[in-house]
Amino acid sequence: MGTSFAITVVGHDRPGIIAEVTGALADLGGNLEDSSMTLLRGHFAWTLVVTGTDPAVTQERLRPLQDSGLWTTVIPLPESDAAPRSGVSYVLSVHGGDRPGIVAKLTEVVAAAGGNIVDLTTRLAGDLYVLVAEVALPVEADVALLERQISAAATSVGVGATLRPEDTDLL
Amino acid sequence: MTSLLPDLAELALGRVRDVVRAPHPVLSTACADVDPTLPETVTLAADLLATMAVSPGCVGLAANQIGVPARVFCLDVSAHPKTRTHHGRFVLVNPVLVEATRKERAREGCMSVPDLTGDVRRPSRVVVTGFVPGTGAEVTLTTDAFEARAIQHEIDHLHGLLFVDRVVDAHALHQRQTYL
Repeated sequence: MGTSFAITVVGHDRPGIIAEVTGALADLGGNLEDSSMTLLRGHFAWTLVVTGTDPAVTQERLRPLQDSGLWTTVIPLPESDAAPRSGVSYVLSVHGGDRPGIVAKLTEVVAAAGGNIVDLTTRLAGDLYVLVAEVALPVEADVALLERQISAAATSVGVGATLRPEDTDLL
Repeated sequence: MTSLLPDLAELALGRVRDVVRAPHPVLSTACADVDPTLPETVTLAADLLATMAVSPGCVGLAANQIGVPARVFCLDVSAHPKTRTHHGRFVLVNPVLVEATRKERAREGCMSVPDLTGDVRRPSRVVVTGFVPGTGAEVTLTTDAFEARAIQHEIDHLHGLLFVDRVVDAHALHQRQTYL
């Protein structure tokens, strides 16, 4: 346990990045907790939450990655951020012709309804723009109203959007 | 719907056991076949039923989830909205999946992994064989939809597998939402 901090690693993709970063953290006694990594238009992009080592020492240790085109940041995290997630899960899917403002328009409506986006992927494929977001809605949210607002917002930026419940089967 | 559960007084006398959570090693253990007619198998079946009955939202439990590495599970999906075919409340000993077709994707949670959920593709039509505790009668179940998914989830437990072993891709693992 101990103080949590976030590390981001972004830049030129190549084999071995994760092994190098986690090897460095292990050498420092760091403990890797949650992390999420993907390629964004071919660029390596990883965010990690780490405990058990010193943020400044970690930043120094990771700095040589710049030589291979990887930029790292190390950011202390407040303890209070570990709040439990609550709400009802929905998946928002949006797709249509690419243009500025699609994500802003749709997520503005979700935020106004008290919805918290807990997972988000956007992809641009040719002219097609796709957004898939998992949204935690307050239990008291008016889902039918939100669906109409999402539909109107989507129409205003020329895309289609659907909101569907993501229920978990407890087995 | 004919019940698969024999009318045995012992099956109503189970005690509620603690449900173990990952990373407990018994959840990663391939369980062993047991004799369905032995009194300890009937006792285990009764304990599984009793523990399932007091666990909110629980529709199935494998024996290793209560710490016993034996190939026994209980199930009852009769009240679940996604259920089509079902066989009521039952216990199956030494179950074997003999046919499985038509994969469908759904998000699963598990009492032994309470903080995570995962998207898992599983066949939606299955045929399963096994033995009834007490009588030792061999039975064959043909089922679909939610009961098919639940049976496969429990048989996975008996193979030492969790749903996290089956999530469809690296971004299909999620924090479980709490419903306040």
